Amino acid sequence: MVIGVDFVWLIPAFPLLAVLINGLVGHRLSERAVSVTAVGSVGLSFLVASATLVQVIADPAPAVTALFTWIPGGDLVVEFNALIDPLTAVMMMVITGVGFLIHAYSIGYMHGDSGYARYFTYLNLFTVSMLILVMGGNYLVMFIGWEGVGLCSYLLIGFWYERTSAIKAGTKAFVVNRIGDAGFLVGLFLIFARFGSLNYSDVFSRAGELSTATATAITLCLFIGAIGKSAQLPLYTWLPDAMEGPTPVSALIHAATMVTAGVYMVVRNHVLFDMAPLSLQTVAVIGAATALFSATIGLVQYDIKRVLAYSTVSQLGYMFLACGVGAYASAIFHLVTHAFFKALLFMSAGSVIHAMGGEQDMRKMGGLAKHLPKTATVFIIGAIAIAGIPPLAGFWSKDEILGAAFKHGAPVLWFMGLTAAAMTSFYMFRQVYMTFYGSARMDHDVEHHLHESPNVMIYPLIVLAALSLLGGLLLGFPPEEGWIHRFLGPVTGAQAVPAGRQEAHAIGAIDYILMGLSVAVALAGWMTARQIYLKKPETAGALASRFATAHSVLYNKYWVDELYDATVVEPSKGLGRVANRFDDRIIDGIVNAVGNLTQAGAALSTGFEKYMIYGLLNITGYANHIAAAILRKIQSGQVHHYAALLVIGIFILVNLYLWFFDNTTVALLLSRLSLNGGN
Amino acid sequence: MNLEIFWNQQIGFPILTLLIFLPVAGAVSLWMRKDLRGARIEALILSLVELALSLLLFPFFASGVSAMQFVEYVPWITPLGISYHLGIDGISLFLVILTALLTVLTLIYSWDRIREHLREYLICLLILEATMIGVFISLDLVLFFVFWEVMLIPMYFLIKIWGTGPDRDYAALKYVVYNLTGSVLMLVGFIILYLNYHDWAVQIRGLEPYSFNYQRLLHAPVSFEKQLWIFALVFLGFAVKGPVFPFHTWLPSAMLQGPIAVSVMLSGVKLGSYGLLRFNLPLTPEASQVAVPVMMALALIGLIYGAFIALSQPNLMTMMAYAGISHLGFVTVGLFALNQIGIEGALLQMINLGVAGAGMIFVVAFLLDRRGSFNMHDYGGLAKRAPLLATLSLIIVLASLALPGTNVFIGEFMILAGVFKVSALYAVIGVTAVILGAAYLLWMYERVMLGKIEKPEIAVMPDLNRREAVIAYTLVALILWIGLYPAPLLSRMEPSVRAVVDRLEKQELPLNPVVRIDPNNPHAYLLELLSHSETAPAVGVSEGSVK
Repeated sequence: MVIGVDFVWLIPAFPLLAVLINGLVGHRLSERAVSVTAVGSVGLSFLVASATLVQVIADPAPAVTALFTWIPGGDLVVEFNALIDPLTAVMMMVITGVGFLIHAYSIGYMHGDSGYARYFTYLNLFTVSMLILVMGGNYLVMFIGWEGVGLCSYLLIGFWYERTSAIKAGTKAFVVNRIGDAGFLVGLFLIFARFGSLNYSDVFSRAGELSTATATAITLCLFIGAIGKSAQLPLYTWLPDAMEGPTPVSALIHAATMVTAGVYMVVRNHVLFDMAPLSLQTVAVIGAATALFSATIGLVQYDIKRVLAYSTVSQLGYMFLACGVGAYASAIFHLVTHAFFKALLFMSAGSVIHAMGGEQDMRKMGGLAKHLPKTATVFIIGAIAIAGIPPLAGFWSKDEILGAAFKHGAPVLWFMGLTAAAMTSFYMFRQVYMTFYGSARMDHDVEHHLHESPNVMIYPLIVLAALSLLGGLLLGFPPEEGWIHRFLGPVTGAQAVPAGRQEAHAIGAIDYILMGLSVAVALAGWMTARQIYLKKPETAGALASRFATAHSVLYNKYWVDELYDATVVEPSKGLGRVANRFDDRIIDGIVNAVGNLTQAGAALSTGFEKYMIYGLLNITGYANHIAAAILRKIQSGQVHHYAALLVIGIFILVNLYLWFFDNTTVALLLSRLSLNGGN
Repeated sequence: MNLEIFWNQQIGFPILTLLIFLPVAGAVSLWMRKDLRGARIEALILSLVELALSLLLFPFFASGVSAMQFVEYVPWITPLGISYHLGIDGISLFLVILTALLTVLTLIYSWDRIREHLREYLICLLILEATMIGVFISLDLVLFFVFWEVMLIPMYFLIKIWGTGPDRDYAALKYVVYNLTGSVLMLVGFIILYLNYHDWAVQIRGLEPYSFNYQRLLHAPVSFEKQLWIFALVFLGFAVKGPVFPFHTWLPSAMLQGPIAVSVMLSGVKLGSYGLLRFNLPLTPEASQVAVPVMMALALIGLIYGAFIALSQPNLMTMMAYAGISHLGFVTVGLFALNQIGIEGALLQMINLGVAGAGMIFVVAFLLDRRGSFNMHDYGGLAKRAPLLATLSLIIVLASLALPGTNVFIGEFMILAGVFKVSALYAVIGVTAVILGAAYLLWMYERVMLGKIEKPEIAVMPDLNRREAVIAYTLVALILWIGLYPAPLLSRMEPSVRAVVDRLEKQELPLNPVVRIDPNNPHAYLLELLSHSETAPAVGVSEGSVK
């Protein structure tokens, strides 16, 4: 580092300040003041992050800066520190850059909402957490961010807390993520047990000490966390429901940044993953399976945001596929381009929903292109980008991943990815045609009110559209040797190249064939969608009824939610009820039985009550005060009976002890005790 | 090295005695009082002074040593070796402060809530405070036991007279029966320890033959068989108080039937776990090690069991009681990890759960006062009417489910990291409770705070008033402070925990040199101690092995 890196703490500090301002006094401020504070803080963060990026480009060596000792816990000492390296720099740029655009878009989108200040507080808090997640120099600081973004996601999904579906979705997201986090925590304990430290620098430099088995255990546990956070099979179910939140939130949290945290984490820990082939295989298989699985669901959904949600799950699957085949830089590359085009798609969908007065069902849209020309244009750019048609951003990153999978010797995974790519193209253009073309299917009332969104919403879309157009070329061309690959090189190492394949590193015939296939399936998907949804809209219904079973399975999302409910949620509650009955019947049954036994001693101790307790109280002279009020109540319980029983108990136990340990001093002691009046 | 530092070496007055007797004196003066309004103010001022006193311990506390500090020693019943012996170390310091704080908050809360027998209520609370603090600072087993038992009396009356539930008589009785049974067993354990000391002391010249002095008892070697007896008996006492599964059923009924003050104290002041740490682990180190599987089993069952019941509970207070039982399982698990990080985490967690647990009870209390119901289905949509209540209670909920950045997370992480060193399986079971905790707490929050307002009563509910806001803000501030910067606590806890761990690991007696304490001249005692280098054998103790 040329200059110290301490200034990077400013990056999360600006939005944190905004959180405090808007959180504490935001409800008294005007919308304008709130949004200037919130958006401005992220803008400042972006500037500092850019400065950091420049510095890191100059000197890519990792730099650590510590604020204070967070947990001085004996053997466990955890600093509150940050690690700044190319990976962090890229992530920070995405978070603050795309984040800034989404914040700005929100000014228009949330205009007039009664929770305006609350919204921006949460959104800023999310930015802070996400920054801490990627900046953290050890696992525990990262975990603050990791759970912090989960919290903000919970808060923002349930932002409109009067909607039952929204709050249920929020709770679901949090709880499902917790399942992943539990695995993640176990991974941290394993790391701590092995290395005695949770600092990345210590762990990665000493990773060689691990056996393959331990490395596998650690990485699988960490990956469970990634499965939850990045919505992979089988813990993906929360993400589609998360669409209950405001649309910019879906763009920021549930597409561009938070859900990619799992990918970031895997790449960050690639040193460990590289040591565990089994884990890498698991990552690759789950990634490819998720990509395909959720793409199939996306084919038949009608909710404009849900289609995008399943598409997000699917694209995250690609990123994990990339990690699993060792193409870490490609994973981050796809993460970045995906942030561009998916944020774009979500926010232009938001623009549509905004215009439609809240309607999200694509069956009630159609022909919107003429009413919303700008929105339609940017949405289509996004669709082309994600479909993987050159030269837009998505093509470069996705093709690279498919190529890496194929060349890594996993043609099955490649084929799954390719199939998913065809489906992606299909459902994206299905969405384009259903929304923007064909006949208008909305009410006249709605149609009458259609309007293009205000500029504050459109400008961010234009920037993102430009990035979706050119981002891939700028960052990642030529494939596998673009700027981003070279920049990330110090972190990810050279793209893991299986031995004996070095000579093939230059782009060869195989790459062109794979590329051609990718483009072909993307175009095929597009054309099919065009045929069905634009040319002959009636075929869609016909196909659906012809393949009714398949359609129903997909439309109902394989009934996975219902399955989880029946096998996990309900049994858990049932178990709780059983345990409760155990408490009431068995444990308390025993207690009460013992209690009844002592009633027998009641007669014995009545005298004790009369002469001891009342006697004592009378001596104090204040008995009048309290005796009337309190003692009457004592009589209903037989405390003293128990006391009597307990004295007997002591006697028995002491004798038992005497019997076991023939102790001559005890006799002496007992006599002394009794002389003292029974202590 | 475990010295005693006397009060006059640290601070100009016998602060610990003052801590015990200020509330007692307050109770007496309240008894004389005629006007009720004045009584309320007097009690609050007294508790504030008490809190200020306890906070005074913090700057004067010598960190970095495991010594007992602010020690006071006066022989009491010399023939039996009973003394008035008080002291504080890193284990008890924050528990005392927390107790004083919770008493203040409870008094603030009770301000306009208690109308019947107000004076008696205040007296009970002050006596309760005195006895709880007494328990934490007693270094004489008899003195400890006296406080431990006297504590039952104000608690009993509080549940019985000011309880809100219809079955409060039964609950009060159940509380006393359970706890008396437990403490009698504990007393027997103490007596065995006492006799064992005697057997040992008579063989060594210059030692008093009888002693209930905690520091002395630490020196006497205890045979393994006796350790088992002592451990089991003393454990039962603390397990009931904890409460540790399966001795817990008094807690839900006491909390449900009793007044809020009782619930706050029961879920805020972790007396049982303190006892385990203070007595079981150091006094019977070998037995503690043998007992680990049993302890872990009980604690983990409690952890999961409590969480599952909380999951199915529509009653807010019962849910909090079982959540408390589940959380206490965590503490016990940490203690019986028997290593530095686990025990330190458990100790920190006693404070953390005190703060968060009391916070949850206050939230339930605020709800109860507004709607008169513990049933969470009677609520819904409160966030709209009472945003401050909703926000602050969300932070408390998040702390309770151990979100990183809050205090409970630090404790939980340390505990689990410690347990993991013992057994990965235990830690994995513990981690599953993390999932359940999120589930029941968030479902509760969802049902109470979120959603549409459907009940007309909710539509007119006020937000927090100033007194309530003070309570909630105080606890939230503590949650965030400890969550982000626990160093001031951990650094003071560490040496004392280290001393316990050394004892457990090296199994080496004695913990500290044995010297006669001359109450008239404590300096001489200290000088004498210091004159021995740390490596020199303790006076009069040569064979220090356990068996």
